[in-house]
Amino acid sequence: MSTDPQWKNPVIRWVDDRLPIFTYMDHEYQQFPMPRNLNYFWNFGALASIVLVVMVVTGIMLAMQYTPHVDHAFESLERIRRDVNYGWLLQYIHMNGASMFFIVVYIHMFRGLYYGSYKAPRELLWMLGVVILLLMMATAFMGYVLPWGQMSYWGATVITNLFSAIPIVGDWVVTLLWGGFSVDNATLNRFFSLHYLMPFVLFAVVGLHVVALHVSKSNNPDGIEMQGPQDSVPFHPYFTAKDSVGIGVFLLFFAFFVFYAPNFFGEPDNYIEANPLQTPAHIVPEWYFLPFYAILRSVTFDVLFIPAKLMGVLLMFGSIMILFILPWLDTAKVRSARYRPIYKFVFWVFLIDCLVLGYCGAKPAEGWYLVLGQVATLYYFLHFLIVMPILGKIETPLPVPTSISQAVTGSGGGGAAGATAAKMEKS
Amino acid sequence: MRKAIITLISAVAFGVTGQAMAAGGVEIPKRDWSFQGIFGSYDRASAQRGFQVYQEVCAGCHSLNYIYYRNLMELGYSEAAVKAFAAESEVEDGPNDEGEMFMRPAVPSDRLVKPFPNAQAARASNGGALPPDLTLMVEARIGGPNYLYSLLTGYTDPPADVEVMEGMNYNAYFAGHQIAMAAPLSEDAVEYADGTKATVAQMAEDITVFLAWASEPNMEERKGMGMKVMLFLIVFCGLLIAVKRRVWADVH
Repeated sequence: MSTDPQWKNPVIRWVDDRLPIFTYMDHEYQQFPMPRNLNYFWNFGALASIVLVVMVVTGIMLAMQYTPHVDHAFESLERIRRDVNYGWLLQYIHMNGASMFFIVVYIHMFRGLYYGSYKAPRELLWMLGVVILLLMMATAFMGYVLPWGQMSYWGATVITNLFSAIPIVGDWVVTLLWGGFSVDNATLNRFFSLHYLMPFVLFAVVGLHVVALHVSKSNNPDGIEMQGPQDSVPFHPYFTAKDSVGIGVFLLFFAFFVFYAPNFFGEPDNYIEANPLQTPAHIVPEWYFLPFYAILRSVTFDVLFIPAKLMGVLLMFGSIMILFILPWLDTAKVRSARYRPIYKFVFWVFLIDCLVLGYCGAKPAEGWYLVLGQVATLYYFLHFLIVMPILGKIETPLPVPTSISQAVTGSGGGGAAGATAAKMEKS
Repeated sequence: MRKAIITLISAVAFGVTGQAMAAGGVEIPKRDWSFQGIFGSYDRASAQRGFQVYQEVCAGCHSLNYIYYRNLMELGYSEAAVKAFAAESEVEDGPNDEGEMFMRPAVPSDRLVKPFPNAQAARASNGGALPPDLTLMVEARIGGPNYLYSLLTGYTDPPADVEVMEGMNYNAYFAGHQIAMAAPLSEDAVEYADGTKATVAQMAEDITVFLAWASEPNMEERKGMGMKVMLFLIVFCGLLIAVKRRVWADVH
């Protein structure tokens, strides 16, 4: 299937002989074999890269107008909204784009969890994805500080203070983060600088993620490897067309929020300028951090010699770090939940558990909410540390199809499928 | 439909449905506003009346820091009217060639003149309480315009078991019910230029419309562009789906 193309244009041939970018593009984005049975959940990787580009472009333009100074930051955002041509549009796209990024990436991750996309040989691909998530979180957190509203300021205060829980060096780390002895101008300046830097680091890791993907190729809903041309279709035109549908529908969703509910994901408190002397009644992070916030606050007691605060911080970071070792915690041989009847159920329980954590994160950590959050936190870790390793050993999977073409056509991958494959190669 | 979508999404997005609750946990009654909905626009007559209420009632204590006189033209005032209005106030300018600061009449490119030069002066004149800037008031409170309207019409006698502190006033919708601002509106507090009867409810509605405009002056541009973008994307999606089906026809 992947034959080296013969470039007819002499300029293209001259360049390609010296730097084979055209051949590379042809291999990786034209002829590149994709499993023919992918469903629309496989759109979300492409969607995430689109949002990243949108965020970088709008962010660069906003940075041209933004003033990173405690006395002017809040006002500069108002000036962008009111006086910069289409400034309101840039700002609403960037603001809602952050939420869109997390919606898309969370769906992308749960897709991976459901179909076992993290399993061999895709462990590194998955781990690079977790690095991307961490970078996204750091970038989003620092970006949220820049408007210098009440939630920006107090969110920054709460989150940076977490590092003071680290034994011995904690206070030193916090002072380093702040660039002083409280969240102040120096903090805002370094957060702005890092907020501008990190998306480019993110870009690089996304590049590695894509390279790793192009080595192991896409997983698919049946969780079995492609065995030949009858199992695959070339990326172009099949997935350029299919991804475009996803992008179109996604842009509709995105545009709805930008134009008709731009403050839906935001907090009214962030339209009040930061005031170090006045703490808001409820400090809540952006919605995409709520599950982790619930985990952080779920530890209300000291665990052995570890103080409650440190334990909360450890669990919060642990809840993401645990994803790094997931490929080895899951002992099942079969990838896709489609052929794992018990895991399919467990997956939905885990998804609901994450939503419950998010719900608890939005509520004050007291009474019933606290208990619910603690139970959900416990289950979150049980899922990874107990359920996943044991389930792989005791579960009897359903019969897995021998090949993708068999799964698609219901036959042994003979006549009909072979004919289509032949026709595709012609086109 | 839009409300249904929003409610659905908010229910999924971790129960942010408590939007209509004030910080004190009081339910805020919902009202219909001209600027809501996908075709919503600011009622100019109401906003102009609201501006009159702002000038005659609110502006004594509350600033509108992010609004310039020139912005008032968006409410339907003529350039001459805005110039004349700006000239009624004086702003400090300078330094001049002698290095002195001087006062001059305001021009449309100036910000609305603040009632107090700084927060300390504002507190000193208001029994220690700081009257907040009103530019973003509608966006900066849970419940938005409904909250503002309720607050302005929510001054009642306190229940028998509540003792109102010295210098505070009872308000049914304010968080904690004790607010430093005395009831700002009373029957016929202003005489509307267009002859509308100035009831408390009418003035509360007008000032809310005006402040909603102040918080987001380009809302109409946003919704107008949104309509074009959505229509384009719907057609575009239709085309993309048709292309996709055509391309995949020989595989399925």
